[in-house]
Amino acid sequence: MANLNMVQAINLALIQEMEKDERVLLLGEDVGNNGGVFRVTEGLQKRFGPKRVVDTPLAESGIIGTAIGLAMGGLRPVPEIQFEGFLGPAYDQICSHAARMRTRTRGAFPVPLTIRVPVGGGIHAPELHSDSPEAIYAHTPGLKVVMPSSPYDAKGLLVASIRDPDPVIFFEPKRIYRAFREEVPEDEYVLPIGKARTVCEGNDLTIVSWGASVIQCMQAIEKSGKSIELIDLRTIYPFDADAVETSVRKTGRCVIVHEAPLTGGFGAEISSRIMERCFLHLEAPVQRVAGFDTIMPYYKLELDYMPDAARIGRAIDDVMAY
Amino acid sequence: MPITIAFKTEIPRISILDEQGNFDEKLGKGLIPDADLVKLYEAMFQCRHLDGVAFRLQRSGRMGTYPQNMGQEATSLGAAYVLAKNDWLVTCYRENCGLFWRGVPMESILLHWMGDERGNAMPREHFATPIAVPIGTQMLHATGLAWAAKYRGEKQIACTFFGDGATSEGDFHEAANFAANLDIPVVFVCQNNFWAISVPGHIQCSAPTVAQRGIAYGMPCLQVDGNDIFATVYAMRMASEHARTQGKPYFIEMVTYRLGDHTTADDASRYRDKAEVESWKGKDPLIRVRKHMERLKLWDDKKEAELLERTEKLVAEAVARAENIAAPHSVDFFNSMYAELPADLALQRDTMQTHSLGQDPGQLASTDHLNAPAEHAHH
Repeated sequence: MANLNMVQAINLALIQEMEKDERVLLLGEDVGNNGGVFRVTEGLQKRFGPKRVVDTPLAESGIIGTAIGLAMGGLRPVPEIQFEGFLGPAYDQICSHAARMRTRTRGAFPVPLTIRVPVGGGIHAPELHSDSPEAIYAHTPGLKVVMPSSPYDAKGLLVASIRDPDPVIFFEPKRIYRAFREEVPEDEYVLPIGKARTVCEGNDLTIVSWGASVIQCMQAIEKSGKSIELIDLRTIYPFDADAVETSVRKTGRCVIVHEAPLTGGFGAEISSRIMERCFLHLEAPVQRVAGFDTIMPYYKLELDYMPDAARIGRAIDDVMAY
Repeated sequence: MPITIAFKTEIPRISILDEQGNFDEKLGKGLIPDADLVKLYEAMFQCRHLDGVAFRLQRSGRMGTYPQNMGQEATSLGAAYVLAKNDWLVTCYRENCGLFWRGVPMESILLHWMGDERGNAMPREHFATPIAVPIGTQMLHATGLAWAAKYRGEKQIACTFFGDGATSEGDFHEAANFAANLDIPVVFVCQNNFWAISVPGHIQCSAPTVAQRGIAYGMPCLQVDGNDIFATVYAMRMASEHARTQGKPYFIEMVTYRLGDHTTADDASRYRDKAEVESWKGKDPLIRVRKHMERLKLWDDKKEAELLERTEKLVAEAVARAENIAAPHSVDFFNSMYAELPADLALQRDTMQTHSLGQDPGQLASTDHLNAPAEHAHH
């Protein structure tokens, strides 16, 4: 057991999967000699050699397109896209091919691919380094979308993603890459994709969140002094609707928190499921605390954009008072 | 300081059997054994025949949109003939002839255009990827597939086909750049047929040859007469040898012409001169091989008639197999989405007959329909 931050936990997961499975290789911009711009792959090229940790040309579609070929050829590529804002150039390969190849070929060509992508705001980065596009990929059939909120979860979920026989987008919330440490077992463990985690139990209200926002939710819950259940989805697609349903049936109240823009955000889907499954158990309308339907502002105003404990706290008060 | 030349290059052009029947003995002698030449001709003939049948199937409502291959048979065939059986063939949609040579059944291609994914469920031993609809995206997969082979220390290479229009796509350049800089053995073959639907080649590329696009990536480049099976075979020998021994990519521009429309949904007479099409009919890859074989006493009218008879039967049987395959079940489009279906998706599948939300399995009286034959599906 070691006390690790999320960067270290992901690094450890990569080491262990690469040692275990020769088919696993890493590729991307700056992932090799430089160890990645966030140092997530630090030391790995030295340890495994340039054949397994590959610095590629600067071309996102190229990284994902060749990774699809590598996966079709029987390997387990783990490409990194440096920031979520640069997924755009790779969107065609992700959605036109990675997501479709298995069903297009009725199973003849699966694409076991894990795309690692730092995501979200809060680190005073330039434009297109702070977005939250998870709903776009959750809306693309054929993909799985994962976003951990802690070092422990990051390790277990990344192992599950690399071993998954289908393409996974593994979003790493960069705001909490080094925000805190926790005990992370050296020993192998796998956290299943599609299972949420109950961060804390409560009876009065359910908060559903994922990624770095989970930390803001924990702060808001502590300040509120109320008995609140916090569910960290861990996986955006497939999402654990049963966990949400069970909790909301118990509490009758729900607030959904995400950094991504409100309209068409994944919170809308969760809210709709709650309507379908828990209508007669609801004591109040479901509320969402989200980013706005604006371009993510440059960093001087980024904290005004991102849900924080104060905004979440007001939503808690509103829903409790309804 | 005087201005010096930083770089200078030439693009070789290869033509061995031209449309007048001139045959370059120096390049062509012994290139293709006589028995193989007959087989290659037969393959082109059969592909051409299928093309005509497929066109009529579409016109009579028995098949969806279909892109005719007519006129371009010698390009992919030359490649498939030269490549090892386990070299990846990564194509778009005008490479039927090469795929058939590989052993891909005709009904696979027909099924694809009949709107049935089972046409793409090709056994891995064909080492061929499914038809790629989005233009120019498949070259990256070829680079990745060859990379995977290199990673495992295998001698396998990849050959990818694309059109002149596809060289305008960013993915073409990224695939070439990755292959060149990471030392990945890929043969890039551009079928320059001069038209990307209605857009002429000069809007895709202002350079005198498409071949020179490969120069920018440090690859050896060739332009060949793509309607000359001897030239395509010759070029593929050079390219595949280079890829296999040097572990590096190679670029071939095969100059050819699409004698038909872009697809059955297109009407090329809206944008192409009749005279241009007529002039290319004289350069047909089949006619020149037939005449050449006749000169060599390898072929005659009797053999041609016998081949037609054989081909009609072969194609009719393929059409019958494609048309008589059991109808797919509507659950099929769920079942291959993931290795293991997420519970949510399984629920949508199991309740698809009730309503679109699928949130309440209780609405469904029975799930027997999931196992029943699909009498309701696909007519």
